[in-house]
Amino acid sequence: MSNHATVTVSDTQDAINLTHVVKRFKKKRHEYSTALNSVSLQLRRGEVFGILGPNGSGKSTLVRVISTLIIPDGGDVRVFGLDVVQNPREVQRHINRVSVEASFFKKLSSMENLIYGAKLYGVTDRESKPMIKAILSDIGFDYKRVNEPMEHLSRGMQQKIALARALLTSPMLMLLDEPTTGLDPRSKKDVQRLVRKIHDEHDSSILLCTHDMDEAEELCDRIGIMVNGNIIALDTPQALKERYQQDGQLPSLEDAFMAATGQSMEEIETAELQRQENEKEKAGVS
Amino acid sequence: MQHTLARPAKPGWLRELIAVWGFAQRNYFLTKRYFWWDFVWLVYSIGNALSIGFIGVAAQQGAGSGKDFTTFLLIGTLIWSYLSMIFDILSETVSWERWEGTIEYTFMSPASRATHLLGTSLYAVVYGIVRMVVMLGIISLFFDLHLSNANYLAALVVLIICSFSLVGFGMVTAVMPLLSPEKGQQVTMIFGAALLLVSGIYYPISVLPGWMQVLAKVSPVYYALEGIRDAMLDGKGVMSLWTDIWPLLIMGVIFPPLGIWIFRQGERFAKKTGRLKRSG
Repeated sequence: MSNHATVTVSDTQDAINLTHVVKRFKKKRHEYSTALNSVSLQLRRGEVFGILGPNGSGKSTLVRVISTLIIPDGGDVRVFGLDVVQNPREVQRHINRVSVEASFFKKLSSMENLIYGAKLYGVTDRESKPMIKAILSDIGFDYKRVNEPMEHLSRGMQQKIALARALLTSPMLMLLDEPTTGLDPRSKKDVQRLVRKIHDEHDSSILLCTHDMDEAEELCDRIGIMVNGNIIALDTPQALKERYQQDGQLPSLEDAFMAATGQSMEEIETAELQRQENEKEKAGVS
Repeated sequence: MQHTLARPAKPGWLRELIAVWGFAQRNYFLTKRYFWWDFVWLVYSIGNALSIGFIGVAAQQGAGSGKDFTTFLLIGTLIWSYLSMIFDILSETVSWERWEGTIEYTFMSPASRATHLLGTSLYAVVYGIVRMVVMLGIISLFFDLHLSNANYLAALVVLIICSFSLVGFGMVTAVMPLLSPEKGQQVTMIFGAALLLVSGIYYPISVLPGWMQVLAKVSPVYYALEGIRDAMLDGKGVMSLWTDIWPLLIMGVIFPPLGIWIFRQGERFAKKTGRLKRSG
């Protein structure tokens, strides 16, 4: 239970409102790489918004900026109308994040990690323990394993616990940064089902970063295609496909992505890897 | 283009000799790559060697001003094990969470940084006291400690007051891994070595060169040791220890808020430069 009583957000505000957000990282003296290049978007309340893009496109930087972990160089970032740079702690009360790596103390059990996580949001053991039991049963976690160290659990299980941890704090905004990457197909389906359930039952707004086309199409109300720190297309999955249809044929989302970017996801990722290799080589030579 | 390495036949002993050189050269490369790590170990080792040297000087001079030297040394060891543990737990706050992969989760939670650091300190103090009591019990089985006059309550008061300033010191060092993910944790060891060297843990500071004695006067560990030794060896009460307590009180008021402020500046820097997550 988060401190919803002290919420100072307005009901009419978008869950996320980004205006020309810029983030650059220094690589060497006088040399910068641009992770976010004037990104603007709005995520409406109750919406599941997907950011679809290859590795290195700036998705994770975007999530970190919204979750107060990175301070942007320019632009305006608001969560429920609150400026994340000016009011980070107010924003933190209303959000939670699940990232590609389930961030846990691996020697501690699920229960220990969950009660610790809940306390950071002001939730006592007395409040959290029944909630943990209910949430774990809801996500199909075998409660008998709740005292096993996290490192004994599969990655799929760990990711479910990460979602449970986020749910414990009743976030109004969930930031999901590639929550299914690296999972086996069954775990992936389980986690996707859970995300859908969270959206339906908990009335959270969700920002989902992914490079999985099917996942984006299945879960998201709207999708922004992100490449090299830019949102180059933004619409509903259906509208994106219609935008790039040819000869009256509705393309798949993957084809729409290729039409929008001029390359497939794999080609962009390969090019990005090649660029990084070249930079390393150049740095090694100089 | 095909590159082939012409390999003239070499006797076995020469091949082995070349391999010996290979291993030695590999370690030289590694030392170069981890230069700062080696530099820190060098500073740490020098600090330890100097400490042992000063122990010798103190022994020759009849350290402890006539007090039992073994008890004098063991009190120093116990207090240092407690204070260095507080210092270590706090200084590892960032690097440990980075290693576990939980740092972003902790830093995006609404718990304030003061809460984060004070919670960590609370555990360190309680755990440190329990650990020190166990150590004292076991050590007393091996040595005939001269503690018949000991004023344990006064010693505990000094220890607790000193803990506040040490907590502040620990917070300052905890910021180092935020400023430099690669070298920050090593730098914290230099802080520890400096405290160990100048604070008179194993010898009275009178055996140190003059400039080191000046440094001792800004170390809370020095005042803690003076006070606790007087309480344990001479049975002095809290009021008699006032000359050691007031500097600790001043440091205890200044260092924790200063440590939190410095940590917040480090956190902001890490968030601006994207160093929070990076592990190397």
